[in-house]
Amino acid sequence: MNHELTLTNKKMKIFKDRDMQQLLGHVLRTGTMVSITVVFIGGAFFIYRHGQSIPDYHKWNGIPNFIRTASGIFHGIGALKGQAMIQLGIVLLIATPILRIVFSTIGFVLEKDYMYIGISLLVLGIIFFSMLSGHAG
Amino acid sequence: MTILIFTLILLVGSYGAGLLGSLTGLGGGFIIIPLVTLLLNVDIHYAIGASLVSVIATSSGSAAAFVKEGITNMRLGMFLEIATTAGAMCGAIVAVYIPTNYIAVLFGLILIASAIVSLQKKVINVEHTKSVLAEKLKLNSSYPGPNGPIEYTVTRVGGGFVMMIFAGLISGLLGIGSGALKVIAMDNIMRIPFKVSTTTSNFMIGVTASASAVVYLQRGYISPGVSMPVVIGVLAGAFTGSKILVNSSSSKWLRLIFALVISVLALQMIYHGMTGKI
Repeated sequence: MNHELTLTNKKMKIFKDRDMQQLLGHVLRTGTMVSITVVFIGGAFFIYRHGQSIPDYHKWNGIPNFIRTASGIFHGIGALKGQAMIQLGIVLLIATPILRIVFSTIGFVLEKDYMYIGISLLVLGIIFFSMLSGHAG
Repeated sequence: MTILIFTLILLVGSYGAGLLGSLTGLGGGFIIIPLVTLLLNVDIHYAIGASLVSVIATSSGSAAAFVKEGITNMRLGMFLEIATTAGAMCGAIVAVYIPTNYIAVLFGLILIASAIVSLQKKVINVEHTKSVLAEKLKLNSSYPGPNGPIEYTVTRVGGGFVMMIFAGLISGLLGIGSGALKVIAMDNIMRIPFKVSTTTSNFMIGVTASASAVVYLQRGYISPGVSMPVVIGVLAGAFTGSKILVNSSSSKWLRLIFALVISVLALQMIYHGMTGKI
């Protein structure tokens, strides 16, 4: 009886890990596809509007001001600016692996794996801290 | 040269980089940075930003397939991501204060190291030594083999962790996935089977790159005009690469050619860095 119990426990755990793998696979695939589509559409607008201009990337001078902030990006998209759409796509792309960590954390919560809930939260914390440090710089 | 031509050249070049990177398992970031800086005369800051974004795209895209097959060790990946994200954050913060010619030289050196690693013979490690830490962290696992699951254990967790901090640092500094360093950490130090180490490394690359990308995004490294063709090209190339089956004898030649190509690029990056042209 005891043996049977551990066996079903083991089976359940494997089942849950499998579930999580499927879930993470979906998150990663959807995230990549959505963001690359947004980048592609933005690229089409960008080429349509600026295709005949001369590129200026020889010297590093940051990025245009209107795509520096979230509100700037959304205003830019409203004005059909290609660079704003591309930047949104890139932000979504960067967010995809971070979202994967968020979903892993939820998965570990469902599995009641407290050690790995802590480890996932630590990774999220480091990324969050990194975001803040970039802002300060 | 107009933006249209610039975009087309970048698209084609990135496609080739993604294809080669996928066939050899080293990722496209390697070729992107020299291609963009040496050939198109783009500032290395923009090159790093674009490469980093393309690294995230390929990692997420291919990890999606691997994780579903159950080869990726999710717990090992998550645990080591503490090291890689912390390293990547430090790398990205420090990068701003390092002169670009030093970065170019460092890039060249890492490129040569990776070329050597890519030529090394892959050994299939299936070890059964006990590690208390690995057991506590539930790192030992199994992966699907032809005759049912193959069990494996993980050793020297501490050493692998330290190597991962370094891999993250390099990734954050140079805007590459540093998959070669991650594979060294997992294959040579932690003795993980090759199949598991490559897929888990790939799984981790996206998160590592995101940790430094959030810094670069705010600092203005990630330019839409440069990143757009690079991301689309690399991802399309990597996708094509994943559909091509390479038999082992041509794969050996491919690796050799690839190692030669990146060594030439590496020497050029070092030369340009030393003469202050980058």
